[in-house]
Amino acid sequence: MTTRIVELRRGILKKNDELAAGLRTRFTSAGVLVLNLVSSPGTGKTAFLERTLRELQARGARAAALVGDLETDNDARRLGASGAPVRQINTHGICHLDAEMIAKHLDGWAGVSLADLHYLFIENVGNLVCPSSYDLGERIRVALLSVTEGEDKPLKYPGLFNSADAAVITKIDIAGPCGFDRELALRNINEIRPGIRVFETSAKTGAGMEDWFAYLAAQAKPS
Amino acid sequence: MHELSIAASIVESVAEAAGKYPGARVKVVRLRLGALAAVVEDSLQFCWELSTAGTPLAGAALAIRTLRVIVHCDGCGMETELDGVQSFRCLKCGELTADLRQGRELEIESIELEEPDKIEEGVEGQI
Repeated sequence: MTTRIVELRRGILKKNDELAAGLRTRFTSAGVLVLNLVSSPGTGKTAFLERTLRELQARGARAAALVGDLETDNDARRLGASGAPVRQINTHGICHLDAEMIAKHLDGWAGVSLADLHYLFIENVGNLVCPSSYDLGERIRVALLSVTEGEDKPLKYPGLFNSADAAVITKIDIAGPCGFDRELALRNINEIRPGIRVFETSAKTGAGMEDWFAYLAAQAKPS
Repeated sequence: MHELSIAASIVESVAEAAGKYPGARVKVVRLRLGALAAVVEDSLQFCWELSTAGTPLAGAALAIRTLRVIVHCDGCGMETELDGVQSFRCLKCGELTADLRQGRELEIESIELEEPDKIEEGVEGQI
């Protein structure tokens, strides 16, 4: 028997990365801004997205959403009330979305053409670990954190927060009763992802949402 | 628990690469995982055993090398290797930096094959 070493130097998720690169090209040429929303379960991704879709529609922007969950189409029905096209992705036990699921659900999405959209939001499965490895072809990865979760969340999940392009703090209307230490949370986010843009929001009261919409509009402008 | 998906991706890649060497058995699969790759080593080892059981890769070892985060500092221009993943500050001047040069790797570095001594000419060099 002889031993042979074969150098591979190959990304483990090469297949996903290649698919995601293809999606990114497709999104760019269609002129649609794609955002991947990631957080723990219960942070309020759906409420935040609900308000985002509703207000974007009201402002004449065309937005759509793909929403990932292990089971049920509850979120898609909830988000669909905004009038925006929404499609549910059920992963049936898989803890993250991947590029193949996105590609599959873009195909045959009745009445939706990427070229007609300004924004496509992808609400990932509630999980702060696994989604960080899977590129979905998004331009902006948004990490969300609620005031009920503890200010050290970014330190506990550095892989995800470090990979984010923007951060959203949700539920700031109940920051007081939760004893949320705003300065500490902002410091922790910045320690893990220096210079990241942070939005402090409440989907319930609308606080902080204007900054978010201004950011979206600026990012959507063709460069 | 995405380690199971990761393990399945490794199996697919390794089986394809090893397929170019008929008769060879995969002994070791060497991985490079960045400290920020969000992969739990024990869990991956467990999933690797599950994923390879009953396949030609059964018994192959998974050798994992963890790579620390390296950041580049715009302030002083230095590249430094960080001790952990709790703070992204240049070790030389203390500035925060988002310029990561290493730490997110999820890579199959190489595979070690055991081949029967007698190999037909022409099989080599196909990679």
